[in-house]
Amino acid sequence: MNQIVEKEFFSENVVKLVVEAPLIAKARKPGNFVILRVSENGERIPLTIAAADETKGTITIIAQKVGVSTEKLAQLEVGDALIDLVGPLGKETDIHNVGTVLACGGGVGVAPLLPIVEGFKKAGNRVISVLAARSKDLIILEDEIRKWSDEVIIMTDDGSHGKKGLVTQGAEEVILREKVNECIVIGPAIMMKFTSLLTKKYNIPTQASLNSMMVDGTGMCGACRVTVGGKTKFTCVDGPEFDAHQIDFDEMMMRLGGYKTEEKIDFEQFMNRS
Amino acid sequence: MTIQSEYLKERRDQEWRAELRNKLKGKERTNLPRVHMPEESPEERVKHQNLEVNTGLSKEQALVEASRCMDCANPTCIEGCPVQINIPEFIKNIEREEFALAAKTLKQTNALPAVCGRVCPQEKQCESKCFYLTKLKKEPVAIGYLERFAADWEQNSGIMDIPECAPKNGKKVATVGSGPSSLSFAGDMIKLGYEVTVFEALHEIGGVLKYGIPEFRLPNKKVDIELDVLKKMGVKFETNFIVGRTASFDQLKEEGYEGFFVGSGAGLPRFMNIPGENNNGILSSNEYLTRVNLMGANNDKNDTLVLKGKNVAVIGGGNTAMDSVRTAKRLGAERAIIVYRRSRVEMPARVEEVKHADEEGIEFMNLANPLEYFADEAGRVNKMRVQMMELGEPDSSGRRRPVPIEGSETDIDVDLVIVAVGVSPNPLIPACLPDLTVSRWGTIEVNDNMQSSIPVLFAGGDIVRGGATVILAMGDGRNAAKSMHEYLMTINK
Ligand SMILES: Cc1cc2nc3c(=O)[nH]c(=O)nc-3n(C[C@H](O)[C@H](O)[C@H](O)COP(=O)(O)OP(=O)(O)OC[C@H]3O[C@@H](n4cnc5c(N)ncnc54)[C@H](O)[C@@H]3O)c2cc1C
Ligand code: FES
Repeated sequence: MNQIVEKEFFSENVVKLVVEAPLIAKARKPGNFVILRVSENGERIPLTIAAADETKGTITIIAQKVGVSTEKLAQLEVGDALIDLVGPLGKETDIHNVGTVLACGGGVGVAPLLPIVEGFKKAGNRVISVLAARSKDLIILEDEIRKWSDEVIIMTDDGSHGKKGLVTQGAEEVILREKVNECIVIGPAIMMKFTSLLTKKYNIPTQASLNSMMVDGTGMCGACRVTVGGKTKFTCVDGPEFDAHQIDFDEMMMRLGGYKTEEKIDFEQFMNRS
Repeated sequence: MTIQSEYLKERRDQEWRAELRNKLKGKERTNLPRVHMPEESPEERVKHQNLEVNTGLSKEQALVEASRCMDCANPTCIEGCPVQINIPEFIKNIEREEFALAAKTLKQTNALPAVCGRVCPQEKQCESKCFYLTKLKKEPVAIGYLERFAADWEQNSGIMDIPECAPKNGKKVATVGSGPSSLSFAGDMIKLGYEVTVFEALHEIGGVLKYGIPEFRLPNKKVDIELDVLKKMGVKFETNFIVGRTASFDQLKEEGYEGFFVGSGAGLPRFMNIPGENNNGILSSNEYLTRVNLMGANNDKNDTLVLKGKNVAVIGGGNTAMDSVRTAKRLGAERAIIVYRRSRVEMPARVEEVKHADEEGIEFMNLANPLEYFADEAGRVNKMRVQMMELGEPDSSGRRRPVPIEGSETDIDVDLVIVAVGVSPNPLIPACLPDLTVSRWGTIEVNDNMQSSIPVLFAGGDIVRGGATVILAMGDGRNAAKSMHEYLMTINK
């Protein structure tokens, strides 16, 4: 059973769970994600594998409370079990030695970024990480990212930690200062869009990891489709990482809002019940 | 005479069947009209997603219908059945009120009779070869209804016959997927003495039977009772397990699995790649049906959501399209429209589904093809442009090819569009097995024994045929079981 063996709140809305999943811990690669269900009536929710411990047979997932399902997930305690957990899903990140890698993470996007940063560092790259969030308490996994980075730049909207400003400012500073061979960006769609526009200006190959809406996660439904280079792709099987300069971010953001009205009603009903 | 026809003759010569044949004169049988399946009224059924439309024959109806069957010396109906059910024998068992034996006859060759009695396209198979139709030009015996009757009778009796299994032979085999092909394979292999594990990627067993076909056509509990029989026979089920990802084939071999059956289905939905298709409110039938059937999104107590529409268009003319459009109606659509590029007679859906859809007030926009979708500011679809078609020369499928009529474009208001234009084979397995030979379309290539280019790997169902049918998938599973057994016995000599 997929028992929760460790739980920690990074902030009021961001929770880290370490879950028993020996086979997934063994098979997973950076970039992979899992799909889980919290309860019998639960949704299937995709979450990236932030870390794994093969010997203990556990994986680490990090979730931000954004609706009914993540709220329920955050309410689970150590000793509780997920009723369903499947993975690893998605293509693994293409990690190789390219020289200098700029890794940009926004909000909980830092969680999926962590194994990728680790991978690039282990492959012998110089890794510079830029972590961004609204304020200090929303910056997560800073120490873990530091462990695998040559340099870490922190950006907050309110200046409560690191520098005041957006992720793109931190990133541009690095690009102007030294040669960057590749960039990887994970975070809210809007942040990925603007980071991608920036790196395009400087002709830096960039990968973005997308958090599309999903149902099955195995390529069966097409809920997760995105347009990349003018072609429709399924995030769960063709991604989750794509060439950022080819992604139609506006369409992606529009699709993420596809269930807004329904979700809001559902969430209000849930909060009234609990 | 072949073994099969000798066997059938022997069964037909049993005393009870000879007696039964003499009980009524031919005319007394052929003068009986074909039974009508009792149904919930259209007004009532469109209010419930989970209310089965066909309510099943009563005992009296079944007895009369069974007596229509002439118990022909040359039962052509069997030729039309992909798993060669001994049709006259099961029907005659119904006629003499031996319902348990009727069910048992079905289960000799069909592991899921309660399912097949509901979803097989009988009008294209057994019933199309019935003596009544071919010789008398009358309506055929309602073989499908009778199959369902016998299977349901057994299920309702509470005493399910658990087929006997040979002593364990110490060998382990696995299936990839838990759709009908894998289930029939598992049923046959466990009977032969193998240890069988069914691996399924989703959190439910059953493949399309669970995530695709709606409850109003095939109640989940009918599937569950059949699954329970397999469990009692000793088949192990592992959900949330993606073969090739959660564990590789090599890992499973190390665990002692000696043979694999891939029944991973044709899961990948096709889209038309026309402008505006990625707008919100346009989804594949797989997504729509999965949200409702597997995740229960029609019920407030479940967290999964599904978009509802007032004006719903469903693109396509197959079973999937019918299931989607009828689901939309049940979820409150005012207009639920089938948009299909050929005419009604070419529709691949079961005839009964089209009839039911019609009764439920589904609109049919035939000879029409979508060209483009338009959306409101929030990106939600609000209009579709369709072009009218006419039928030209027959194409490779033998059906007349639809040809666009210039200048015939019209716009219709829609707020939900479901695309049901077919599926492609699930690429997961081929992607993790470079030595596996696949066709241009991504289907796994197999020989007549359902064996792939990797000798320990057999395959069947939609991953081999592209989108096909439940019964063909089950037939493949049976053939694969037979061949894999022979293969594993020879290599281990
Ligand atoms: C909506 C709908 C209605 C239909 N109606 C009818 C009908 O009325 N009559 C009829 O005869 N046919 C009908 N069909 C077609 C019929 O359902 C299929 O032909 C049949 O189910 C195919 O069976 P299968 O065993 O090949 O695979 P499927 O039923 O497709 O099952 C495949 C299973 O394998 C799993 N899987 C895939 N890859 C892996 C992996 N790597 N590891 C583990 N598991 C994996 C999938 O999750 C899936 O559950 C319908 C299909 C649909 C979609
Ligand atoms: S989530 Fe269903 S296809 Fe990607």
